[in-house]
Amino acid sequence: MKYESQKVALYYFAAAMGLFGVQILVGLLAGTVYVLPNTLSELLPFNIIRMIHTNALIVWLLIGFFGAAYYLVPEEAETELHSPKLALIQLGLFVFGALAAVVGYVFRIHEGREFLEQPLWIKAAIVVVALMFLYNITLTVLKGRRTVITNILLVGMWGIAVFFLFSFYNPGNLSLDKMYWWYVVHLWVEGVWELVLASILAFLMIKMTGVDREVVEKWLYAMVGLALFSGILGTGHHYYWIGTPGYWQWIGSLFSTLEVAPFFTMVVFAFMMVWKSGRRHPNKAAMLWSLGCAVFAFFGAGLWGFLHTLAPINYYTHGTQVTAAHGHLAFYGAYAMINLAIITYAMPYLRGRAPYNQTLNIWSFWLMSGGMAFMTFALTAAGIVQTHLQRVMGLGYMEVQEQIAMFYWLRLGGGVAVGIGMLVYLYAIFGPAREDRPVAIAGGMQAAE
Amino acid sequence: MTERFTKAAARNIFYGGSLFFFATFIALTALSHNYVVNTSTDKKTLSEAVVRGKHVWEKNSCINCHTLLGEGAYFAPELGNVWLRYGGDKDPEGAVMALKSWMAAQPSGIEGRRQMPQFHLTEGEVEDLAAFLEWTSRINTQNWPPKLSG
Repeated sequence: MKYESQKVALYYFAAAMGLFGVQILVGLLAGTVYVLPNTLSELLPFNIIRMIHTNALIVWLLIGFFGAAYYLVPEEAETELHSPKLALIQLGLFVFGALAAVVGYVFRIHEGREFLEQPLWIKAAIVVVALMFLYNITLTVLKGRRTVITNILLVGMWGIAVFFLFSFYNPGNLSLDKMYWWYVVHLWVEGVWELVLASILAFLMIKMTGVDREVVEKWLYAMVGLALFSGILGTGHHYYWIGTPGYWQWIGSLFSTLEVAPFFTMVVFAFMMVWKSGRRHPNKAAMLWSLGCAVFAFFGAGLWGFLHTLAPINYYTHGTQVTAAHGHLAFYGAYAMINLAIITYAMPYLRGRAPYNQTLNIWSFWLMSGGMAFMTFALTAAGIVQTHLQRVMGLGYMEVQEQIAMFYWLRLGGGVAVGIGMLVYLYAIFGPAREDRPVAIAGGMQAAE
Repeated sequence: MTERFTKAAARNIFYGGSLFFFATFIALTALSHNYVVNTSTDKKTLSEAVVRGKHVWEKNSCINCHTLLGEGAYFAPELGNVWLRYGGDKDPEGAVMALKSWMAAQPSGIEGRRQMPQFHLTEGEVEDLAAFLEWTSRINTQNWPPKLSG
């Protein structure tokens, strides 16, 4: 850690991990309701459980992005943050809003559109929080060194704030509502969030491989260019069946197929950088998370997205468990993992110790990633059976759900592995810091004593 | 990446291309907005009751169990065409009656079956909800879903 103000990232990462815990625990509860449907059905119905599960996810990822920005921007811009104090006030406000929202949800206080359930005043608070962040980071970037990484990160963060404004528009016409709802949801996760993802990944690659910045920056432009060129019109794959014109089936199919390209480029980029450098960074866990992020994003967001994005296929699979499978692996691979990667990378510096608890952290990687992969396979199988029975044979929804009950048990099993992995990760990150040193060095020091 | 492909060129392609695709997207959105308002949805029957029904739908967060036109949670049946499953296109009054008794009978309490909460809707709210679902069932969705089962 070169700049004192980078320290604010520690608080952001702690808050993000707290909400990560909430997300996974509530997710496990939701998975349990799928197999034992009477669980808490009166006290905490499924719709409230799911609301907390998805909202906690979105908020912890955003807090992680903010933390990542506060960590990497001073280092990139080679200057202290404009105002570390404002950054902490921003975090306090955001965490207060998030907790207030969750408590409100439990008491059935919410707006009713998927993912945008936050009451109006919390939506307004989110805008205020975003403006505080943008003000702070933009001024920091302007007074220091300008790099491609900070530029792309800023464009991504400004985009997040701008597109969120569409959440305030809720017309009475359902089709219009859905069309603009995707301006927030799709243009976030298949648009500007990819800019944040790619810039954090590029930062990690520069730091860990030592490859020349010029090379990394060209790759970064290629990745984010492909992301937006494909992703913006790729929104069309949500406009097939909601009352929007038929031409979206052509535009959406074509451009959302191309959405695989940026993720494939990320995989090539990450592995090329590591291969080119030949340097072995001591934080092996951070390297594993970074490479794993590229690979899992490619599978989850890229391949599992492509699986059902062509209009003639989506006609049958739309809104089945196939969508759920894709959603889970895409969010984990692209956005959860990039956060876990930067946290794993930054934590030793923030806590002032050499890389520690490497083995535990690597274990948590395989537990969580294995669990998510297994969950995705289970849901994909469930979705394929569901598609055939319900969409081809025309069997009733509940009848079909009984046929695929076994897959929900398997999914819950995957979820349990993710939960254990999460606990191991949290211990590796926040637990007592133990320095892992190569045996030879440790032995040598013992001899000298 | 060759030396001839400079960073400045990469930057220009990124910003220029993104602006181009975004402008195209905005233009197509404008066309689609017009199409939705005038062609695919029924402007004349988008009554106050339908809009109130949409708010009943939202206030009780139905979307976090059900899907509507395929979007939402995947825990409970698709409701974009539930009006047709209830036979509302042939017997609207019968469908509203059926919806009222369904809402009143929740939760079923049956062991091992997914539970729909009791939302304590007034009679008027259920009627508004029915109006909303009826209006929704007439949106031109390019013939989605493939089967009545949703």
